[in-house]
Amino acid sequence: MGKLTGSQRRDLSRILAAAVLLAVVRLLPDLSQPLEAVCYLIPYAIVGWDVVWSALRNLVRGQVFDENFLMALATVGAFFTTEYAEAVFVMLFYQVGELFQSYAVDRSRQSIAQLMDICPQWANLEGPDGTVTQTDPEEVPVGARIVVKPGERVPLDGVVEEGTSALDTAALTGESLPRTVGVGDSVLSGCVNQSGLLRLRVTKPYEESTVARILELVENAAERKSRSEQFITRFARYYTPCVVLAALALFLLPTLALILLPQAALPAFLAGTGWSQWLHRALVFLVISCPCALVISVPLSFFGGVGGAGRCGILVKGSNYLEALAAAETVVFDKTGTLTQGSFGVTALHPAEGVEPHRLLEYAALAERWSDHPISQSIRAACPRELDASRVTDVREQAGYGVEALVDGNQVLAGSRRLLEGRGVSVPPSELPGTLVHVAVDGAYAGYIVLSDLPKPDAKGAIARLKALGVKKVVMLTGDTEEAAAAVAAELGVDECHAQLLPGDKVDRVEQLLAQTSSKGKLVFVGDGINDAPVLTRADVGVAMGALGSDAAIEAADVVLMDDKPSKLAAAVGIARKTVRIVRQNIVFALGVKGVVLAMGAFGVASMWAAVFADVGVAVIAILNAMRALRVERC
Amino acid sequence: MKKRFSMEHLDCANCAAKMEAAIQKLPGVNHAAVSFMTQKLTIDADDSRFEEIMDQAAAICRKVEPHCVIKR
Repeated sequence: MGKLTGSQRRDLSRILAAAVLLAVVRLLPDLSQPLEAVCYLIPYAIVGWDVVWSALRNLVRGQVFDENFLMALATVGAFFTTEYAEAVFVMLFYQVGELFQSYAVDRSRQSIAQLMDICPQWANLEGPDGTVTQTDPEEVPVGARIVVKPGERVPLDGVVEEGTSALDTAALTGESLPRTVGVGDSVLSGCVNQSGLLRLRVTKPYEESTVARILELVENAAERKSRSEQFITRFARYYTPCVVLAALALFLLPTLALILLPQAALPAFLAGTGWSQWLHRALVFLVISCPCALVISVPLSFFGGVGGAGRCGILVKGSNYLEALAAAETVVFDKTGTLTQGSFGVTALHPAEGVEPHRLLEYAALAERWSDHPISQSIRAACPRELDASRVTDVREQAGYGVEALVDGNQVLAGSRRLLEGRGVSVPPSELPGTLVHVAVDGAYAGYIVLSDLPKPDAKGAIARLKALGVKKVVMLTGDTEEAAAAVAAELGVDECHAQLLPGDKVDRVEQLLAQTSSKGKLVFVGDGINDAPVLTRADVGVAMGALGSDAAIEAADVVLMDDKPSKLAAAVGIARKTVRIVRQNIVFALGVKGVVLAMGAFGVASMWAAVFADVGVAVIAILNAMRALRVERC
Repeated sequence: MKKRFSMEHLDCANCAAKMEAAIQKLPGVNHAAVSFMTQKLTIDADDSRFEEIMDQAAAICRKVEPHCVIKR
């Protein structure tokens, strides 16, 4: 058990003192009527004076259906029906519940605060003369030089000017592997410098830095309430007055009937009852009329869910979006940069007969030795060995076609089919997806190399997990050719794939998909945040991926994944589902128990003890359940 | 104008809901949210009458929960 605040400790000692006194009074031998009442009044006053006092004060202010008032009325009423022990016990239990509630809420607030403890306290500003002064990050201008020592948090976004180090980005991305940075790399505020001393040139003022923007987002999240939260507060507004009126009717109607009707004309359920029994039943109603359990547990669950997601580097901009994520029916991915790495890699070598695969790659790589084209770079990157540049001479690059060069004295052509055919080399037909680089050596066809945009390593698993979580349809949108898109779609297990789309077409496609989605299901769009702001806003939930450092994406998206792993989306949906499940459990459980006890109370079966369980007991259980939402097993 | 304020001694979730409903009904308030979990009031209201509206909001909070103060 963690630390209690001062007022919580005071409440605890009052509860303990009253409990001991109550036990003592119970054990006393039979007392005469007024003396017994006085004895029970002592523990009642100790534990409940503030409730009665607030009730009176709020009554004067016109707050009738206030929970203090209801509790005071119920317990004072119990005193009048000479149920002294019950009255004290109900008040005692009510206070235990309140104490527990405040403790649990404090705990959740603290754990979220720790989670979001990414705010730097100071920046080490380096002056032109080399002196270092500790300054408030908000006062450091753009272009200033700051020093970040090992163990310190990076206070402002900047570019490394001196030093290398490993940065712990866990607070931002949930990623436990440190990131290595050196001169020229950009560094985001909120990371912790682990090993070496870094000198940074500040690129953004504090208000625009990553840390400030994340904190802003988290703070804002609380104001966008989910439908469940709105439902529950609206429900509470009607629930309490209704139950109180029902309690009044439950007392007044039978009592009036007992007075007005002759004994013989009484209906069966009234025969043999007295007014005090009906009052007692009405008091049971009053105790149950507090909506506390629901009103506190629903926002607490969402708060926990949003916080837990934050710990994994998933920023959800409001509980309404968490709720929508849980109802994800269709997930639409933008292909490049989201499901795929967005850069080319060699995926296959198809040498002609009699040519060794590594020879094919080596010739191509050597021929393209001096080219800056991304394809050339990928081919060189695929070569296991460092290549001796002196083997290449007479390089001629034809933009859009390929390269011609002398490698070890042999004439090598590497490039498109047209380049080779233009030189009289016949190229056999091939229908593979992706980009092809054909190679000919001394006029003879040597084979071709396939390059494609490789899927991210966790993309397939992410899609599988989304489906396991109940997502009905996974769609991929891309501007690429049909063949390239179809190959990736088949490999990843995507259900639907729309290729050769222009940026404007993506909005139309999403509109169509939205129309196909059922009324309760939601459409989630995941993009890298570049050029897809219109789609992000059009979808039910727009998710920007790898958005660290991209202002536009953070602005337009509803959910921001701090790093660029598609598996984080699956994790987000998982967290959302869990949170909503907890909320539903709590609503059903609390309403169910309250409903049953109300019904039992009306027929005189439920005691005050059952009522206090339906109120405080349910609140405690619902809160404990809600706190589960904070716990996130895997990101 | 949209602003966010910390609240102190906001001790019951139902009270927060009541405050939110009442503040939202104030004339000149476009949107208001009281978060029990973060103990914050977010209010979007007319610029010209902002201070006046904030006074009214503070009065509402005091009425629902006497100890509750909006830190301005």
